[in-house]
Amino acid sequence: MKRTILPVLASAAFAMVATAATAGTLDDIKAKGHVQCGVSQGVPGFSNPDDKGNWAGLDVDFCRAVAAAVFGNGDAIKFTPLSAKERFTALQSGEIDILSRNTTWTMTRDTTLGLNFPGVTYYDGQGFMVRKSLGIASALELSGASVCTQTGTTTELNVADYFRAKNMQYEIVAFEKADEVVQAYDAGRCDVFTTDASGLYAHRLKMTNPDEHIVLPEIISKEPLGPAVRDDDVAWFKVVRWVYFALLNAEELGVTQANAEEMKGAESPNIKRLLGTEGEFGPSVGLDKDWALNVIKAVGNYGEIFNRNVGPDTPLGISRGLNALWTDGGIQYAPPVR
Amino acid sequence: MAIQETARTPDKASVLNDPKVRGWIYQIVVVALIVWFGWEIITNTAENLKARNIAGGFGFLNINAGFGITQSLITYSELSSYGRALVVGLLNTLLVAGLGVFFATIFGFLIGVARLSNNWLISRIATVYVEVLRNIPLLLQIFFWYFAVLRAVPNPRDSIALPGDVFLNNRGLFTPRVIFEEGSGLIGWSVLAAIVVWIGIYFWARRRQEATGQQFPVFLSGLGLLIVLPILAWLVTGMPLSLETPELRGFNFVGGTRIIPEFVGLLLALSAYTAAFIAEIVRAGIMAVSHGQTEAAHALGLRNGPTLRLVIIPQALRVIIPPLTSQYLNLTKNSSLAVAIAYPDLVSVGGTVLNQTGQAVEVIGIWMAVYLSISVLTSMFMNWYNSHIALVER
Repeated sequence: MKRTILPVLASAAFAMVATAATAGTLDDIKAKGHVQCGVSQGVPGFSNPDDKGNWAGLDVDFCRAVAAAVFGNGDAIKFTPLSAKERFTALQSGEIDILSRNTTWTMTRDTTLGLNFPGVTYYDGQGFMVRKSLGIASALELSGASVCTQTGTTTELNVADYFRAKNMQYEIVAFEKADEVVQAYDAGRCDVFTTDASGLYAHRLKMTNPDEHIVLPEIISKEPLGPAVRDDDVAWFKVVRWVYFALLNAEELGVTQANAEEMKGAESPNIKRLLGTEGEFGPSVGLDKDWALNVIKAVGNYGEIFNRNVGPDTPLGISRGLNALWTDGGIQYAPPVR
Repeated sequence: MAIQETARTPDKASVLNDPKVRGWIYQIVVVALIVWFGWEIITNTAENLKARNIAGGFGFLNINAGFGITQSLITYSELSSYGRALVVGLLNTLLVAGLGVFFATIFGFLIGVARLSNNWLISRIATVYVEVLRNIPLLLQIFFWYFAVLRAVPNPRDSIALPGDVFLNNRGLFTPRVIFEEGSGLIGWSVLAAIVVWIGIYFWARRRQEATGQQFPVFLSGLGLLIVLPILAWLVTGMPLSLETPELRGFNFVGGTRIIPEFVGLLLALSAYTAAFIAEIVRAGIMAVSHGQTEAAHALGLRNGPTLRLVIIPQALRVIIPPLTSQYLNLTKNSSLAVAIAYPDLVSVGGTVLNQTGQAVEVIGIWMAVYLSISVLTSMFMNWYNSHIALVER
């Protein structure tokens, strides 16, 4: 940083200018008393305000988990709804501490935007939704179709790649906000609505008649979705990363929101280390000893978060699939706490 | 009372108290401050970007864009560069802004004049139009036109077929396209020739009217030329034009020319909204011309039409042009709301580029520079036109 008054003046003119990140993100957060979390403008199941204005969803719960690890309280958090276009600038400029907004981890984003991706909270892939009345069973029959999507996402590129590789014609209609995409598709502007498969299930709930639409079986891309932090603060990166691992380890060890307190007395040394009755693992990343216990008491383990927000018993009805633990045939895997 | 006439001999004042010198010093200090401030912003931003490992520079403009764009006036594919994608967006912005200005001016003048009509019904309709349109936020009007247009028309399989192989559905308006085959160059030249002759007739007729008082139907004869000459050329060259008609194939119509609904929605909203403001400006301009001018024109035997066209409007234009310029600039800048309904204008395409590359500062810089240039050019043209029609003192 150069001088002190200038960044203040200049930040008014340029969002990119520094808001002195000298002290370290974790200390800044502890000082201000809450975690500022960037979320979407409304994707059911991932980050969506309910009818009372409380944010809920898988991405939201991850932020709450981070807040619980720092403050022992999952409510010490404030949310900033961001469009796909605004999200990285908001994080780079320090407006938010963590971006948890179904963001795809790609090499460009990891290497040129000054970001770090601590983990993958949801393994997703891009899919297509069409009207049942079209009588289409495969994405290979989509040549000549109009495709609605949201601008500023990886989906635009994936569609272009897919149709070009298959030598099929298409027309892309890209809207600024997800709600307008849904409205335009619902009004018949497009034959196809494309985004991450989880998003398709979520947005289908917003259609006039959700039952009239089907999601085609083809998944045309890898979309590892997860939180992102700035890459100039490794300490904060480690906090977020280990909160994610704690959620996975808790599920693997059978620690749940309901039994977390009594599990403290469990025999297993793995559980003891996770819940802070043994070892100094919390302090090694600048947190309390019972950081993981607080996380699990606030939001539950990874499986509980998944089932509560997007699982088979929710309107989205998504099965675990790739997001099951490695012990159950999925690819969610965490290094041990030791 | 005697007036004291002792002229004060100027004391040897310090140079600092000389108003001229002071003025210079203040101006130099202000300019220096501004330059320093700008320099600090630029260097600080660059330094911070570097400190955060965010890549910078305009090199990304040559990289393959990789995404598709619905409407493009120049050839564009996924293999084109980001730079070309931005040019496509810029041309789309200019297209909608140019046509918007054209339609808004015509509607605005008609409605402005209608509001002053002696006919109660016409003036009330114009009043209602102005009050409704200028009091609803533009974004809502864009949504209204877009989704109203979309919901009102059927899907491609039930398209409305209009005469002449024109089809209307919720993917757009499809019209046959004229294909220019070999030897059709003469037709283009004939159009140009007709226009040149038209202009010639205009000046000749004016000189003749000034000399003899006789009038000549310039407009009708010019229009006739513009129609007859190309048809003649077409016949002479052996009819080298053919039509490509749109056909329903699979999901949608293929072939022909297509106007996308996003464009129609945006154009309707922008022209209707701006026309309401222009109508008020036109009304103000006409009312600024004193009623005596009308009476004088009538006394000279001019009928209502020529009175308005030759006496009132030329004088009203002097009042109208400066605020009209602002409306043109507003319309151009408002066209950036296109992103809300997926019209691929500069902001929409630039947004995609911004997100794919992450070059926020560069893309926003390009946006601002482009809009500033368009606006400054429009301003310069309108100022030139304004001084051209300004009252010439004789």
